[in-house]
Amino acid sequence: MFKYFEPNKIFSITSKAPKYVLISFIIVLSIGLVEALILSPEDYKQSHSVRIMYVHVPAAWISLGIFSFITVLSIIGYIFKIKNFFLISKSLAPSGFVFNIIALVTGSIWGKPTWGTWWAWDARITSMFILALFYLLYLIAWRIYKDDEKVFKITSIITIVGIINVPIIKYSVDWWSTLHQPASINLLSKSSIHASMLFPLMIMTAAFALFSILIFLMKYNTELIKIKNKGLDRL
Amino acid sequence: MINEIFLMNGYGLYVWSAFLFTFLSFVSLYALIKIQYVRERDKFIKKFGILNSEKAAIAGSQSINKEILSNITI
Repeated sequence: MFKYFEPNKIFSITSKAPKYVLISFIIVLSIGLVEALILSPEDYKQSHSVRIMYVHVPAAWISLGIFSFITVLSIIGYIFKIKNFFLISKSLAPSGFVFNIIALVTGSIWGKPTWGTWWAWDARITSMFILALFYLLYLIAWRIYKDDEKVFKITSIITIVGIINVPIIKYSVDWWSTLHQPASINLLSKSSIHASMLFPLMIMTAAFALFSILIFLMKYNTELIKIKNKGLDRL
Repeated sequence: MINEIFLMNGYGLYVWSAFLFTFLSFVSLYALIKIQYVRERDKFIKKFGILNSEKAAIAGSQSINKEILSNITI
């Protein structure tokens, strides 16, 4: 089955896909921005500041999703020695890190009018900050270590240790008394968010997901060309 | 209407700065990855160009190399 993940086979698709993903991203983002900034209602308590949610929440979801995915790929890649899984993980990490930073900064901007402070070392914010550090460590490891075996091992360890933090982020608002509000959207029970706000949130999440796919494809193609450059040197 | 969109009951500065930061992050990341991609592709084309005919035939027989050399727009 894993032969289908060979870079040579994948490249013919990934080299053509970015332009379609970019067009889809621009369309979905445009709809999302109109919904988020103009059509969606203001909150009865937070007024218009609630609109920050439409960038803050999707960014946080995607950064958590990418880190979890990277961990799964790294573990499978390490066990079955699939180099391409590490290449995919490496290509996903930059967008995951940037979404993590967006979640932290927009959360901080949202915190000022809502809590009266830009930053608080509460459980949710601190655990998201720790996730950003794990992303940073992961990206630095790829820059520092040139030996494949070593970098695969070290990045796998970073993701395995870092994944412990993911459920802490998720449940921090339930386990501890935090400034951050509990989750408004639950997959297993009824969400406390109104449909008029849920719809733009989902559109913006789709737009952000498309952007992360776009960045992944471009980065992945770059990594493949890098490998091919080394191949030409050996000819 | 326009005033409401920009000022947002006094929250405009917070809302617009959050969206602006997100937008700038997207543009910066896209530009950075694009620069890396163009640099590697140009390096590949340059290296391919200086191969002798025998080596170029070997390299050209690989489908992935043909894809890289073909015009990829993004």
